[in-house]
Amino acid sequence: MTKNIMIVGVGGQGSLLASKLLGHLLLSEGYDVKVSEVHGMSQRGGSVVTYVRFGEKVYSPIIDKGEADFIVSFEKLEAARYLEYLKKDGRIVVNTQEIDPMPVITGAAQYPENLIEKLKAAGAQVDAMDCLSLAEEAGSSKAVNIVLMGRLSKYFDLPVEKWQKAIDECVPPKFARLNHKAFLLGRESE
Amino acid sequence: MKQLMLGNQALARGLYEAGCSVVSSYPGTPSTEVTEEAAKYDEIYCEWAPNEKVAMEVAFGASLAGKRSFCGMKHVGLNVAADPLFTCAYTGVNGGMVICVADDPGMHSSQNEQDSRHYAIASKVPMLEPADSAEACEFAKKAFDLSEEFDTPVIIKMCTRVAHSQSVVETSPRVEIPAKPYEKNIAKYVMMPGNAIRRHPFVEERTRKLITYAENCDFNRVEMGDTKLGIITCSTSYQYAKEVFGDKASILKLGMVNPLPEKLILDFASKVEKLVIIEELDPVIENHCKQLGLVVTGKDVLPIEGEFSQNLIAEKLGVEVPASCSLDETMPGRPPVMCAGCPHRGLFFTLKQNKCNVLGDIGCYTLGAVAPLNAMDMTLCMGASISSIHGFNKALGQESEGKTVAVIGDSTFMHSGMTGLANIAYNQSNSTVIILDNSITGMTGHQQNPTTGYNIKGDPAGKIDLEALCRAMGFERVRVIDPYNLAECDKVLKEELAVEAPSVIISRRPCALLKYVKHEAPVKVCEGNCIGCKSCMRLGCPAISMKNGKAVIDTTLCVGCGVCKQLCKFDALQ
Repeated sequence: MTKNIMIVGVGGQGSLLASKLLGHLLLSEGYDVKVSEVHGMSQRGGSVVTYVRFGEKVYSPIIDKGEADFIVSFEKLEAARYLEYLKKDGRIVVNTQEIDPMPVITGAAQYPENLIEKLKAAGAQVDAMDCLSLAEEAGSSKAVNIVLMGRLSKYFDLPVEKWQKAIDECVPPKFARLNHKAFLLGRESE
Repeated sequence: MKQLMLGNQALARGLYEAGCSVVSSYPGTPSTEVTEEAAKYDEIYCEWAPNEKVAMEVAFGASLAGKRSFCGMKHVGLNVAADPLFTCAYTGVNGGMVICVADDPGMHSSQNEQDSRHYAIASKVPMLEPADSAEACEFAKKAFDLSEEFDTPVIIKMCTRVAHSQSVVETSPRVEIPAKPYEKNIAKYVMMPGNAIRRHPFVEERTRKLITYAENCDFNRVEMGDTKLGIITCSTSYQYAKEVFGDKASILKLGMVNPLPEKLILDFASKVEKLVIIEELDPVIENHCKQLGLVVTGKDVLPIEGEFSQNLIAEKLGVEVPASCSLDETMPGRPPVMCAGCPHRGLFFTLKQNKCNVLGDIGCYTLGAVAPLNAMDMTLCMGASISSIHGFNKALGQESEGKTVAVIGDSTFMHSGMTGLANIAYNQSNSTVIILDNSITGMTGHQQNPTTGYNIKGDPAGKIDLEALCRAMGFERVRVIDPYNLAECDKVLKEELAVEAPSVIISRRPCALLKYVKHEAPVKVCEGNCIGCKSCMRLGCPAISMKNGKAVIDTTLCVGCGVCKQLCKFDALQ
């Protein structure tokens, strides 16, 4: 059975490292893996999506509506934007950070209120936390991606050492300590 | 060794393993990483060419010399390189020559959605189409053998979902291929009419042989399942079809999409009750099947526009799709925007303030067209800004000359802006051309170009001096401005629009995302001074927003470019 993880956020938030880490980990666990990314113009501060799929044999590189077991979101509005990709009993792991998109900045639209409550009401299991503060606590606001991976790891039946090994293989050695701290903060915070 | 690789990275691996020696490309999403990855292998000479036509001719030259060569481009790049393509189809090759073209169904990062298979048909060149990274690697290797066996360039067609998806690849070592001897052969390589007339029958005969080859080659394969439904498909559509139907359908997967087999298709069709063609963009396989007299379902239910997905195919072919959650809420869109500190922002703000007609071009700066700047009137293709402003001003004369500009990036200018500029210099229109020199090819992810002074490996290289070039072309008025300085931008723009002579303004400031660019401290808001006039918001900078009637700076985004400070009349931004 193929499992689907969607990583969503705003261009520039570091979702490519998160998908690299997952791809690395899942391949070493013996799964067939596909990771699909978007490059080019849509990266420039736009809404970005990465698909990670794994299982015995994976065909499509993309995740479609109603298929995601997990949506890992770097930003609250982006979690809501992709809700319809979530499976009926799927889980959203979301950073509660709000980043205003240009239509909100220019006043053409409002940033929706109470999104976490609305996501729960729509039937999603939601695990929401302030990953930016945890990343800063770990030593860099850029570590939001690894904080989120730490949180996601709670829902996987894999020993923590395997995640840590994957981090060591995916980040430069000088950032390893920081990222391990970010990972554990994400995994263990209330 | 098993590795996860992007399709583009796997294709580059295939080039390496096949003993490819020379690679010349122009970057373009979604093709760029093929050449970037190839450049990591020291055994391959790699370069960024000024444009795709040059790149293909470089690859042809290397093939003529006897080495295996490659050039890569996006779909619209093949339009630029079509001229050498159609005739090297006649000359054939010496060393194997492989061309990669990457289509962008869904237009994630493109100005149109053309289907490159038409080029393979029109130029009579074989085209292979991998469906994942493993095939990208394998097809790249086999493409060189095919090229040398049939004396033809071979095109490998990628699409966004194959190019930019990672899947598992098994790598093998490089095989060094000895260079074929170069021998002068006027009849084969000098394509003047008398020789080309003799080469055309060779091309037709080659196509007949390739059709026979396609009937049995291992690029095409049949996967028999339930015979109630037969599917003929290619590329990423194969993956979606497998996802939806598994073995509940029989599948003919075509890895060689030009020329298409005949017997293989007729034989497959005879074994299934209903035949469906699943292909993105145009009905190429479908029309071929119809010509063979087959009754098929295809574009009567599946769209020509956009990308496919498993749900789209399921829905259109009557298979149930999974249920999903939904929110009854209007979500504000999040379109791509110019980055905080983007040097283009100040220039576009100035153009908006001066109510200019802006004839645009292809690059990050096309984002000058989006709200709140809305400072662009036209974007067509690489280089069109400069050629079009000449036509626009010739048509309208004084009515447009004083308020119309062309804007083009440094890399796009090198690609195909120079010829347009030569036309202005030669046929003399009173046009104002602005070269947005951010010292890099920005949109495709920071590739070097002939104006940056560095090559694809980041080593020092030749550097074209834009001012000297424009002057040499006959432009007496060449001005250089800093787009972070709004007053200077406004002054120079007004002067050059007013003067009755063609002129070039070079708006120079490196891309804020370049690693070597040193950033200033983020701008601070002095809340006591901010009256919430929103003057700073007119820039459309993603680092500035309004909270409770006051400007707020996102310090994780702000690079301290200071353009917003120049708009604040109340000294609230410091």
